[in-house]
Amino acid sequence: MSASIPLWLVPALPLAGFLVNGFLGKRLGKSFVSAVGVGAVGLATAAAYARLVPFFAGDHSAVVERIAPWFSAGGFSAEIAMRLDPLSALMTSFVTFVGFWIHVYSVGYMRHDETEAGYARYFAYLNLFMFAMLILVLAQNFVLMFVGWEGVGLCSYLLIGYYYERQYAADAGKKAFVVNRIGDFGFLLGMFGLFSLFSSLDFDRVFTAAAADPGKYAPYLTLVCLCLFLGAVGKSAQVPLFVWLPDAMAGPTPVSALIHAATMVTAGVYMVARCNVLFRLAPEAMAAVAVVGAVTAIFAGIIAVAQNDIKKVLAYSTVSQLGYMFLACGVGAYVAGMFHVLTHAFFKACLFLGSGSVIHAMGGEQDMRRMGGLRSKLPITYWTFLIATLAIAGIPPLAGFFSKDAILGSVFEHGQYVLWGLALFTAGLTAFYMFRLVSLTFEGSFRGTPEQEHHLHESPPSMTAPLVVLAILSFVGGWIGLPRVFGENLDRFTAFLSPILLPLASAAERAEPGLSHGAEWLLMGVSVAAAVAGLLLARSWYVRGQGRVPDRIAASFPAAYALLAEKFRVDELYGLLFVRPFDWLARMLWKVVDVLVIDGILNAGAFLVELVGDLLRFLQTGNVRNYALSLFLGLIALMLFVIGAV
Amino acid sequence: MIGSIPLGDVLLASGALFTIGLAGALLRRSAISIFLSTEVMMNAANLALIGYGSAMGSREGQIIVFFIIAIAAAEASVGLAIFVALFRHKETIDVNKINLLKW
Repeated sequence: MSASIPLWLVPALPLAGFLVNGFLGKRLGKSFVSAVGVGAVGLATAAAYARLVPFFAGDHSAVVERIAPWFSAGGFSAEIAMRLDPLSALMTSFVTFVGFWIHVYSVGYMRHDETEAGYARYFAYLNLFMFAMLILVLAQNFVLMFVGWEGVGLCSYLLIGYYYERQYAADAGKKAFVVNRIGDFGFLLGMFGLFSLFSSLDFDRVFTAAAADPGKYAPYLTLVCLCLFLGAVGKSAQVPLFVWLPDAMAGPTPVSALIHAATMVTAGVYMVARCNVLFRLAPEAMAAVAVVGAVTAIFAGIIAVAQNDIKKVLAYSTVSQLGYMFLACGVGAYVAGMFHVLTHAFFKACLFLGSGSVIHAMGGEQDMRRMGGLRSKLPITYWTFLIATLAIAGIPPLAGFFSKDAILGSVFEHGQYVLWGLALFTAGLTAFYMFRLVSLTFEGSFRGTPEQEHHLHESPPSMTAPLVVLAILSFVGGWIGLPRVFGENLDRFTAFLSPILLPLASAAERAEPGLSHGAEWLLMGVSVAAAVAGLLLARSWYVRGQGRVPDRIAASFPAAYALLAEKFRVDELYGLLFVRPFDWLARMLWKVVDVLVIDGILNAGAFLVELVGDLLRFLQTGNVRNYALSLFLGLIALMLFVIGAV
Repeated sequence: MIGSIPLGDVLLASGALFTIGLAGALLRRSAISIFLSTEVMMNAANLALIGYGSAMGSREGQIIVFFIIAIAAAEASVGLAIFVALFRHKETIDVNKINLLKW
């Protein structure tokens, strides 16, 4: 019986790992910490798959496991309940799997550089992150989801600031946290809105009520959905709140792979997909999602072209790919969006881990201008990196091709030709900057110092094994969702997720043939052509041309190039628009409101009391006859009062 | 018997006694004199109580006065003890010279 393993065990195991490593790890040594950290996530993965395999194979109906009532206040109550349905099963499957391999990788990556305390702290945070992420995806109501949502944000902050003795890492963590708070604020408002509409935050109740009476709720849902989407924008680093993700690369590279590429940043997409019933009733919110997604995709893609830090390129690429996912959700193609979430988790984790392997070999160097020719020195890293790059570029038959094609196809099908054009251009751009990265890093001759060249080595097996596993999945991961043109029943991914993601779609919409096979082939051809064009351009510019063409272009348009290299100066703009005014406001509140007004009122009150006391104390003469006289006068006054003379 | 004296006369005597006591308490400097003056004031109150009790034909006025006399005896012993202690310390019981407890 599949129910033999309770769902709560899946997040509980990493939590146990966090507690052990967090409280005892410092004293137990690195081997023990590795065993606990990796073991907890490994067991959680095993527990998850013990539930997921029968679920994938058999009945796909949602299972809700109620664990305990949590709190109730007035008409509101929340409970701790977990939900297993196709959507959460999909998320759990790759969160645990990718998470496990990144834990394995971390052993090799972090082992030598860190102190025992730092190593234990790292694994404790990583396990805590797994716990929070699994709570997020398995929650049955918005409140519990929010716990996971905030939990992953906290772990992200802690891990970005892992090297807290470096100022920029501490600042980057703070930035991520603050920017995420803006989004979380929207999520909270959305929850309040949902509660006032539906008097419940349970997924089943909210979605059933919304679906049962769309006319009643639709007018309010636009605002609610926009608030929820603001949360997703913050968490998934979309325009205008994307600025924290590139800076998040200050954390250790496996963290970038796990949190800031594969799992946490896709939580926003997951949340929008989870609320698809609501978003469907709010077409304006859907349009906003699509536009934000498309703009983010192309904006981040353009920035990525001019970055020289290997992790920055990947970070902007992540932002861009997340934009793709939102674009898909925005046009109603939730299945395509989630498909890209899945494939992106594989190839982006592989890319980040590969870049970690490169940085490891280069002794901490992240600037691609000082790399080159690493292909022969790091063969496993190179080949896995290449596969993942081909996958993200959308070259068939790798994973990224199918998911990207599904997104492009559905955007086209919904008649959003402008957005389709943007997405297509982004696809070419993606191929270009990714092959620029590969060319600069692995091709040509080595441009670093001789000392670095001497040090170059392939990473240990604990680091290359995850690379190989993820590269294989980047290759084959897309085959679970083959497009219709290859055969009617091959798209098992859509069939699996449809009950959750297409519940409101009318029968006609489901039966709709969509684009003709010819058009679909054509679209596929166009997207492949865009990818190949980007790829070839990058190769001819950076491998054969050795970067002379881009240098000439940069020299011809210095202002434009500087703007691009400085990421369109968005950070500077925000600094001017928000950070400095808020800084000024905070200073005002401190120096004027707090010090002058509040402290002033208190001090003035105290001064007045002291002054009056100073005057009144002279009444205390110490002479008992004066007191007796006062008593007498008081007695007379009292008598006059009693007989009514005064 | 007090019952044969009109209430007005009794109250007049009581008021006179109170005024004499009050004047003494305010004007004298010796602590013992002040103390005796307050005793006089208290007995003025006692007299008024007895007068009223008699006028209303009840014994309660007299009963209360017995209580007051008993308590006054106790209070007098405490008061006199204080003066003795004070005199040992300061060699005087002139209240004008005992004024340390002030600003």
